[in-house]
Amino acid sequence: MTYLDFEKPIQDLEGELVKLKEVSSKSKVDLADKIKELEQHIADKTKELYENLSAWQRVQVSRHPERPYTLAYIDHVSNKTFIELHGDRTVADDKAMVGGFGELDGQTVMFIGQQKGINTKMRQIRRFGMANPEGYRKALRLMKLAEKFNKPIITFIDTPGAYPGLEAEERGQGEAIARNLLEMAQLKVPVICIIIGEGASGGALGIGIGDRVLMLENSWYSVISPENCSTILWRTWAQKEKAAEALKLTAADMSKNGLVDGVIPEPLGGAHRNHTEIFETVKQVIKKHLAELGKISPQERINQRIEKFSAMGVVHDMDA
Amino acid sequence: MGWFKRLKEGITTSTKEKKETPEGLWYKCPSCKKIHTAADHANNKYVCQECGYHERIGSKEYFEIIFDNNQFTELHENLVSGDPLDFSDTKKYTDRLTDTIKKTGLKDALRSAYGTVNGQDLVVCCMDFNFIGGSMGSVVGEKIARSIDFCLKTKSPLLVISKSGGARMMEAAFSLMQMAKTSAKLSQLAQAGIPYISLLTDPTTGGVTASYAMLGDLNIAEPGSLIGFAGPRVVKETIGKDLPKGFQTAEFVLEHGFLDKIVPRTELKLQLGNLLRMLKS
Repeated sequence: MTYLDFEKPIQDLEGELVKLKEVSSKSKVDLADKIKELEQHIADKTKELYENLSAWQRVQVSRHPERPYTLAYIDHVSNKTFIELHGDRTVADDKAMVGGFGELDGQTVMFIGQQKGINTKMRQIRRFGMANPEGYRKALRLMKLAEKFNKPIITFIDTPGAYPGLEAEERGQGEAIARNLLEMAQLKVPVICIIIGEGASGGALGIGIGDRVLMLENSWYSVISPENCSTILWRTWAQKEKAAEALKLTAADMSKNGLVDGVIPEPLGGAHRNHTEIFETVKQVIKKHLAELGKISPQERINQRIEKFSAMGVVHDMDA
Repeated sequence: MGWFKRLKEGITTSTKEKKETPEGLWYKCPSCKKIHTAADHANNKYVCQECGYHERIGSKEYFEIIFDNNQFTELHENLVSGDPLDFSDTKKYTDRLTDTIKKTGLKDALRSAYGTVNGQDLVVCCMDFNFIGGSMGSVVGEKIARSIDFCLKTKSPLLVISKSGGARMMEAAFSLMQMAKTSAKLSQLAQAGIPYISLLTDPTTGGVTASYAMLGDLNIAEPGSLIGFAGPRVVKETIGKDLPKGFQTAEFVLEHGFLDKIVPRTELKLQLGNLLRMLKS
């Protein structure tokens, strides 16, 4: 288990618990009551800490190395029926973006999402979840495929941004994202987007135009990462806590501002502490929304989707 | 003693006869350093007559260049930005807005107007770089969205002139969602079969490139403009090498297939008129 800096109290208590259990198993002294008491204490402490996380601490949780990534969600939600499909049919297969068909309790669904690597080697191959234009074009190809066969689309968003490389620019990173925004607005099938970790900027939005856009409790979504925001506005990385606060990037703030449609609660102490629980929660949330969206006609869904995004923004009309 | 030898020291013209040069009478090209009169320079659409350098200009100048007889009706001109996040960096966002409005005489980073170009109807949304780096906030998105509604109602083609550093940080996710909003509205324009021309000028980067600037039925650009998604500094940091010469210029973007054409500003109106005529259904 990796502990974040603010989780020090939990780490200490869990260390004590391990020792206590060791003593209990070696000696004949019955410590069951003590252990139970300590476990309760850990649960209380975790609850206390996680109920009062600052914006920056939530950003830290969203990047926790043991937090589940896209493919893990897909595997569970599809009950391991997922068939991954590759390539954008033009240039390459981008490993930072994955997608394919799977069955959600018998219903065929197109799953798409950015994928971060699970070890050092894979992190490099998957470019830390930063997709190239091919990734966005693969995603669009798969969305069109889903539309053709009338299957709903679920996207999992988890990216520090679109890849800012030389080749990405040559092959039109801006155009690839822009095209997705326009095409996703007109998809005839239901689209549900879930931010499971990091939702940075256009790189996240590139697969983020949905009838429902939902955020996990400890994920973040904004126009820029707090570190880069700090660099631009204060000319130093050191103000990242302040930037995180100012950007109002947490699930709670985004929901309050009407920029996402809902928040998915995480297990106590974050998704990384209980994978099975968060997978099951996400699966039930998807099923609920798919059932709701299935009752609306395709044209009505498109209209509502466009109206929803069109209403975002705060302007004052001085004529009014 | 030669006749040319100065007898009196120093300049002796009396101050009474001295000729004053009014401010802004001359324009010195930052690229080739040649000097022209400001009037000639404006007549040449703010393009250097020697080297073709395109000076950055704003919506006022573009409207003048594009619309017949500089006649146009401005749309939604009194929209101003709110401060939904109560944002403050080195300065409060509301103060920054008030100061910029006072300094530039603009209400935000985009103005929208309709008029005619060589006799043909056109709605033009033009960005102003002077206004917080031409950053895209709620007003920019809202004006484009409302202009598209106007185009749908009147069946007028749309031209968006982009000149922007990208998203407006002070509106954070609200700014990000303007990309979604403008692209979604453009999809309605596309469904209605109404032409949309995107003109990319120096500079067009970030969220603007990744939304409406790249979505034209025709994407055209001014020569030498910086056009890209990630800024050159960021790309340089990523690859850890110097960038190739001409990287992210309009010519580079044309070469890689993302522009239909590069059009010098001096030919802009003519070519726009021709394209609009040919696209008319």
